[in-house]
Amino acid sequence: MTVDSAAGAPTAPAPHSEGDLVPEDFPSVQPPGGHPDYVQLLTPEGRRVEHPGYSVDLSHDEYRSLYRDMVLTRRFDAEGTALARQGELALWASLAGQEAAQIGSGRALRADDHVFPTYREHGVAWCRGMDPLSLFGLFRGVTHGGWDPKERNFHLYTLVIGAQTLHATGYAMGVAKDGADSAVVAYFGDGATSQGDVAEAFNFASVYNAPVVFFCQNNHYAISESIEHQTRVPLFQRASGYGFPGVRVDGNDVLACLAVTKAALEHARSGGGPVLVEAVTYRMGPHTTTDDPTRYRTSAEEDEWRRKDPIDRYRTWLLDAGLADQAFCDEVDAEAEELARRVRVGVRQMPDPEPTAMFDHVHAEGHALVEEQRAGFVEYHAGFADATPATAAGSGEGR
Amino acid sequence: MTVTTSSNAAEPGLASPAGPAAEGLPGAGATAPGTTAPTAPGGDGTAAHPGTATGASDAPGTVAEAPAPAVRTLTLAKTINESLRRAMREDSRVVLMGEDVGQLGGVFRVTDGLLKEFGPERVMDTPLAESGIVGTAIGLALRGYRPVVEIQFDGFTYPAFDQIVSQLAKMPSRSHGHVKLPVVLRIPFAGGIGSVEHHSESLEAYFAHTPGLKVLTPANHADAYWMLQQAIRSDDPVIFLEPKRRYWDKAELDTTAEPVPMTGARVVTTGTDCTLVAYGPMVKLCLESAAAAAEEGRSLEVVDLRSVSPLDVETVAASVRRTGRLVVVHEANTFVGLGAEIAAAVTERCFYSLEAPVLRVGGYHTPYPPARLEGQYLPNLDRVLDAVDRALAF
Repeated sequence: MTVDSAAGAPTAPAPHSEGDLVPEDFPSVQPPGGHPDYVQLLTPEGRRVEHPGYSVDLSHDEYRSLYRDMVLTRRFDAEGTALARQGELALWASLAGQEAAQIGSGRALRADDHVFPTYREHGVAWCRGMDPLSLFGLFRGVTHGGWDPKERNFHLYTLVIGAQTLHATGYAMGVAKDGADSAVVAYFGDGATSQGDVAEAFNFASVYNAPVVFFCQNNHYAISESIEHQTRVPLFQRASGYGFPGVRVDGNDVLACLAVTKAALEHARSGGGPVLVEAVTYRMGPHTTTDDPTRYRTSAEEDEWRRKDPIDRYRTWLLDAGLADQAFCDEVDAEAEELARRVRVGVRQMPDPEPTAMFDHVHAEGHALVEEQRAGFVEYHAGFADATPATAAGSGEGR
Repeated sequence: MTVTTSSNAAEPGLASPAGPAAEGLPGAGATAPGTTAPTAPGGDGTAAHPGTATGASDAPGTVAEAPAPAVRTLTLAKTINESLRRAMREDSRVVLMGEDVGQLGGVFRVTDGLLKEFGPERVMDTPLAESGIVGTAIGLALRGYRPVVEIQFDGFTYPAFDQIVSQLAKMPSRSHGHVKLPVVLRIPFAGGIGSVEHHSESLEAYFAHTPGLKVLTPANHADAYWMLQQAIRSDDPVIFLEPKRRYWDKAELDTTAEPVPMTGARVVTTGTDCTLVAYGPMVKLCLESAAAAAEEGRSLEVVDLRSVSPLDVETVAASVRRTGRLVVVHEANTFVGLGAEIAAAVTERCFYSLEAPVLRVGGYHTPYPPARLEGQYLPNLDRVLDAVDRALAF
């Protein structure tokens, strides 16, 4: 049975020896001399600092495009909030404040990497080349998803907290089986770390040495519950208990998020297994447009975080470093306004689905009951003298 | 006794009722746990039974080395093993995952020998986490694999409930059909083996209630073999409920027979006085009941649903139009169970054919009881025949 005992083991490399549970080949979390709490390459004041473990070396155009990505994302996100307030959307989950975490990590990805988002990753979707309008269908109520995850390697939004971390891990296990060198990123928030699925995903990823980067945006709140309600230990430290590296990064620093995610992806791609990245950031708006943050946090706290705004600090640095000028910033603002207009018009013109669409795709290979009910539905609505099935189902005109 | 079938497949499962039927009445508890208890020694009821059933006769690896005859007498567990082996040989994307499915061969030995033939990349012993198993199976399916998951026991399925009903069932429609999830969840289900708590649950109503899932349960060897083949080939998620109390039943299996369809009910025995509808472990009981009733001059028709979702109501309704009476038999508690659905559906379709209200025989509205009481909880020959008496009294 010696053969079998070897064969029965997962494909992960031999477990690390005791006392060396976390691989040492990943840049360490606490840099000597840098920011004491997390990896940072750009201070809130917009001053570039160095880090011994992480660096970025981009072209001027690339530096400018990070700014453009953040501004445009913030703008169409703000449009989402406005549309929800106007009753055009059931609700909107705003990413305001988290642009650096999402654009930084999103721009670190290769085309063949695969993203498993939660429901707030509008900036990551933007980086994947998703049409922002496609994100609004869910909140408009015309679909529960709708896009083809294979088209942009961007999975459907997931509303059950943390469930997607397991899908990401399973997908990454498949990537490893295929011998491919791409990586998978699972996005989730601080609240999700309390979910069993996330713990199970960490463990599966570690046991199977799956090439998955767990990117946690610690935005400090799960609806109204502060981070203190979720954990007694810093989140990035959770990784060590599962035997893979965890790193904490300034989530409002787009350059640091880019550098750390790149390194994590490389680690995963090269067979190093999973990495947990904790991006420390702040959700500046409500959880969704249905809640009221003034009930659970102070304006002083919000002001403090406003001073750490990811876009402001990056603009300051771009201008100071001579990488951009005011004209460029004005150009981006104009482009953002145009995008917002396109979203506004697009959402309002979004057609309701055909009523019979609810019977579509319930099963890949059909189901007798669904087909029977579809036929009954059509027949019933066809019975109305002056109504097609579509209008009889009470949709279509106006809201 | 006449046997009709809608397929050309061999019906080895039908051979068995004749035996118990002859001695059925004296041994009123023919299918009651009492008779199966000897093969289910005390303890945790997991590894013990299969060892006696499959350990000696089926040495791993022999099938792979020498061509097996097309028709063999096998246990149901071994039959499912053969089905998995065939599916894995035919499609390299098929992977098995679950707790103890590798070196141990599963607690019921259903995956015995598969690790040896296919290696750990395709037969994956997983961490002990049901949500994790189903969730990562979804991820593997998204990557193009066809995972066949073994949930060790029915009662351990609940920790994976969200992954099954909210993720597995809904992702295809949420993606407007762009995502296909060809995942099969094999679950040894239901009771009658004298086991401890959480080892005897009937889950079918939970999953049949969930749009997006197909829920199958074979009652005989040919169905188990072929329905599983179809389930693994299907692009839909399938809950495959294996009647664990039948794992050690032996019957002939012809692996060269014409495959039977994955869904659709089947009239197993024709009769004229009353229809019995069952699925999974209760089909055998109903056949025994029909045989026992025949001795009293009553002619019962038995319908095996085979597929709980989709449900072939028409075959049931056609039977009721012939017999005028219907008794639904299942292990699950009857309240909001499948029997209620069948009663409603049949009443809608053949109200004027019914000579009596549709009656149900099933579990009570209690947690599945301790093993020493399961004989009282589970449908048995007496309870089925009593329901038939009540139906005929109208």
